[in-house]
Parts: sequence; C-alpha cells; structure tokens
Amino acid sequence: MAKRTIIPFGPQHPVLPEPIHLDLVLEDEKVVDVIPSIGYVHRGLEKLVEKKEYTEMVYVIERICGICSFGHGWGASASIEGAMGVEIPERAQFLRTIWHELSRVHSHLLWLGLLADAFGFESLFMHCWRVREHVLDLFEKTTGGRVIFSVCKVGGVRKDIDAATLKEIVDTLNGLKPEIQKLADVFIEDASVKNRTQGVGVVTKEEAIELGAVGPVARGSGVYQDIRLAGIGVYDQLGFEPCIEEAGDCYARTVVRIREVFQAIELIEKAVELIPEGPIDVKVNGNVDGEFILRLEQPRGEAFYYAKGAGSKFLERMRVRTPTNQNIPTLVKMLQGCDLADVPVLALTIDPCISCTER
Amino acid sequence: MSEKKFMIQNFEDVAPEALLPRVKEMKAGGYRLGQACATKQLDGTIFVLYSFDLDHVLYNLKVVVPADMKLQSVTGEYWSAFIYENEMHDLFGIKFENLALDYDGRFFKVVTPTPWNPQN
Amino acid sequence: MSYVTKSPWVIHYDGSSCNGCDIEVLACLTPMYDVERFGIINTGNPKHADIFLVTGSVNEQNKTVVKQIYDQMPNPKVVVAIGICANNGGIFRECYNVMGGVDTVIPVDVYVPGCAARPEAIIDGVVKGLGVLAEKRAAMEAKATVEEITEKEEA
Repeated sequence: MAKRTIIPFGPQHPVLPEPIHLDLVLEDEKVVDVIPSIGYVHRGLEKLVEKKEYTEMVYVIERICGICSFGHGWGASASIEGAMGVEIPERAQFLRTIWHELSRVHSHLLWLGLLADAFGFESLFMHCWRVREHVLDLFEKTTGGRVIFSVCKVGGVRKDIDAATLKEIVDTLNGLKPEIQKLADVFIEDASVKNRTQGVGVVTKEEAIELGAVGPVARGSGVYQDIRLAGIGVYDQLGFEPCIEEAGDCYARTVVRIREVFQAIELIEKAVELIPEGPIDVKVNGNVDGEFILRLEQPRGEAFYYAKGAGSKFLERMRVRTPTNQNIPTLVKMLQGCDLADVPVLALTIDPCISCTER
Repeated sequence: MSEKKFMIQNFEDVAPEALLPRVKEMKAGGYRLGQACATKQLDGTIFVLYSFDLDHVLYNLKVVVPADMKLQSVTGEYWSAFIYENEMHDLFGIKFENLALDYDGRFFKVVTPTPWNPQN
Repeated sequence: MSYVTKSPWVIHYDGSSCNGCDIEVLACLTPMYDVERFGIINTGNPKHADIFLVTGSVNEQNKTVVKQIYDQMPNPKVVVAIGICANNGGIFRECYNVMGGVDTVIPVDVYVPGCAARPEAIIDGVVKGLGVLAEKRAAMEAKATVEEITEKEEA
C-alpha cells in the first residue's frame, strides 16, 4: 500500500466561497477517502422558534441562505399554512412559482459562474455573473431586494406584480436567452471545458438512488426525481417535465442545470400567460396546532420543511433539511478515487451551500 | 386540490425497538431516505422523525426516545443516514448503536453546548 | 495621499453569513460593479491584503479563524464588517451559536449595514476604509519619524 497523506481542505480556502472542512486521505495524487465535517456556519436558527412567532419565523428561515432565499420563505410559509389548514389564493401560488423559477435562473447562472471559476475560466465566470445581474434587477423591481426578498408570508405573498411588469419579466428573460445560449455553448462544446468535466466524478444511477442523491445531481445520473412533480405551486398547470441526463458525470450535471435555466424561463412565460386575477393573500389568525411536512424543489434539489405547532403563536419545531445536506454522501463517494486537482470542481458540482446545510 | 401528492401526510408512530425492522421493510419496499431530524420535547424525551420517499409521496416514521436510550442506527440499510445520525448525536445527544461512520461528536463542530441536548 | 493607497487588495471571509452578503461581495467584483477598475483585487492570502471584508456573525468555532486572518495581515490594515450580521448579529443575534458582531473578536473600522448589504454600499464601505487606511498609514509614518528623531537624539 502506498503511503497515505491526509490533507485538510478548508475552512478558509481560495476556491471555497463558504467554509466547509474536508479531510482528504490521499495515496500520492489519488483521493482514497474523504471525511467531511461541518459547523463553522452553524447558527442554530431552528432554535429561534421559541423566541419568534410563526409569522416572523418565515423571515428567519428565509435567511438560512441568500441564494435560495425565496424557496426557503415559500417552504416555511407553506408548511405553516399546511399545519394550520390555510389555503392560499391561486394568484399567490402563481406568483410564488414565478419567483421560485426566477430564483432558479439566478442560482444556476451563479453556479455556472462558480464552476467556470473552479476550472480556471475567469472570463466565463465574469460573463455568467454579468447576465445574472439582469435577473437580480427583475427581483429588485418586483420584491425590493436583490438576494433577500421577504415577499412570502403565511397566507400568501406580500407584493403583487402588475401585468406590465410581468410582461417586462418575460421580455427581459427572452432577451437574455441568446446571451445565455452563448455561455451554454462554451460549457457544452468547448473542448477544454469538456476535458475538465466529461467522465469526471461519475455517479451511476444505482449509486445515486442508493446514496439518496437529490436535485440536478440525481437527474444528471438519470434518476427521474423532481419534487415539482408532487403538485406544489402551479407546476401541474404548466406542463412540467424534469430535465434528465444519463451520463452521471460533471458534464451531465452541468447540462441538466443549463437545460433547467431555459426550462425555468419557459415555465415563467407560461405562468405569466395563465396567471389569474384575484387577491394575493388571505388573513391568517389563530395559533398553529398540528404538523405538516412539505418538500420543495430548490435549485440545488429537494428541500424538506417540517413545522410542528405547539398550540400557541410559537412553533414547537421548525425543521429544514436542505439539498446540500442530502448530497454530502454522494460527494464523498464521488471524491473517492479522483485526482486531488479535481477536488474543487467535483465539490462544486453538487452546488454546495454550507449555510443551508448547517443552518 | 387535496389530491395533490404533497398534501398526503403519512405519519406512523413506531416504538424505538421496532424502528430498525420497520426501516428494513421500507428499504425492501423501494423507499428512499429523505431526511431524519430530532426535537427535544418538554418532558425531556426526544422525538425523532425519519422521512422516506417513494414516487414523490412521503412516508414518515415517528419515534419517541427517552434521553438516555440508545437507538439502533439505520446506516446499515441507508448508508447516507450517517449525516443525520451524527448530526442528531452532536446536537441532540442521541446515542446510536452500530453507526456505520461514527464521528463520535466531531461531525458538527460546535464549541458551545447546544441547548437541544437534554444533558446540557 | 499618494495614489498608491487607492489600490487596496481585499480578503473576504464568510463568518456565519447566510451567503446573501457573500454573493454581493462577489457581485462587486463582476462586470456590473467591477471594483477592479479601482485597482481593488480580491486575494485569498491574508498576507497580501490591506482590507479585510467580513460577512456574517462570529461564533466560538470561527472566531480563531477570523482572528488568525486578521493577525496575519500586514499593518496598516482596515476591517470592514459587511451586513447587519457582521455589525451586531442581526436577525441571528438571539441564536445560541452566535456571539454577535465581528467587533467582539477584532477591531472594526467601517460598518456597512443592510440585509443583505447592497454592492453599492459595500463599495462605499471599502472607499471609506481607504480613508481610514490613509490615516493609519500617516499615523504609522509619524510614529516612525518620532522614533527616528528620538533614536538620533539618544545617540
């Protein structure tokens, strides 16, 4: 057996935007084992349920993560609505779906940029983020915030989008399509990019199912799994079908996300066509009693929200399980047997969000 | 509206000893482990929730564990559960037997003792 | 003030932030805001850095990391706390694993509020930090001159 070396990776590392700690066990240049550990960003915000009322908890949960913040707000509101038996108006469901898909566009563009940065393609990173700014402008126009929105509340949404602005969203996104296509062409066709992503970090379909992979990681390995199929929001009215790739390597996961960007734009376009007039919220009174568990398809994959009422204004438990958490076992398997130089790219392909994982 | 899959709320109460056999049944039934989480209850016991997914429908197992009792790990069936069980061990002080990848309290690096753990 | 002081290198560390401020710090570097046109470069090495951008609050776990980065930076140095969590803990102030703002561990020179802090505000904060940097540098030079004179007198 070759001599083994353990390299600590993180918490502060130039390629890591966020602190995670991996102990990489190496034999020469090959990674043979990985031991992840977390805790640098842990805040314990689920514990705040004892101090904040359920209506305020939505805003706390939203701040689990600044990238998938809208989804967290939606998940928290919807799980509390479920526990209380509140049904929200149709227009609010549509608005939530539109904002959620808009989040997916911005999140995937952000991720594509970070991936480009991880394999050393600086100008591609800059271009991805340049395009992403236009999406953030749409968020700012409709919600007031660029990354933290606070538009979801228990009982609906806090802001309406008028018809002219809805049209502007669709027009802007359609205008961005050629730009995104140009970027996508580089990821899909450029030989040097393919060299870094094709055949690297392969997760087979069986492994993905066994390890419980979620989101684009599972779909990149050919698993038919997308929580948008479970009926939350208005996806069933939009004719939604998940994007699946079979290869299971970094390239396949990239292609899934690129296809999802275009799909999200189409879903928004369709939702804008179908959105009904009407109220955007219902009045919610009383205490939370009962429990409700609900899942959402975040840009990074399936997220759990579990709310348990305590018969008062305060919840007994608010649990959030984020997609990165579930994808860590897959990452561990993916890294075993890879080259040390591929670790940053592989770690990025699960789209890690550490503040989500640790809450 | 109520026909939607996400509205289906399956909760089943399971005794701590019956958890592992029940999880084996879930595995045999083709279920995927979705998540596991714990909560400290007012009477000092800990409530653990395991969620499983089959075809986008959730099935949840609820276990109430006394604070000093050891729970059988499900990592033998679902290896990926090591994430949740180590997290529950580090934050809630639940002890697991036969944990496939046991960090012994070093998975979730938290210096301050968590108020969730009944022993703190 | 010499123009050289206007090209500071920054280092960024994410305390226990929600990512919101972090991606806004990154957004500052990208074409829409493009702070590199001011000569500002993001570096991963604390020994290259003049300005320390901290996002998120500190906890027992990461306070040594924050302190270590600060200690490794050469003098004069400026700390900019970005976002309300880095200022005083913000919405997470009451969480059990949050100690509070960054100033509980290292001295902070500029506070940039906001949840999340906007890129414009972050750039303003860094520009304000430049002034502090110039002051600190002037103070250091004055001190060095005084010491030189005293040394000469003693000799």
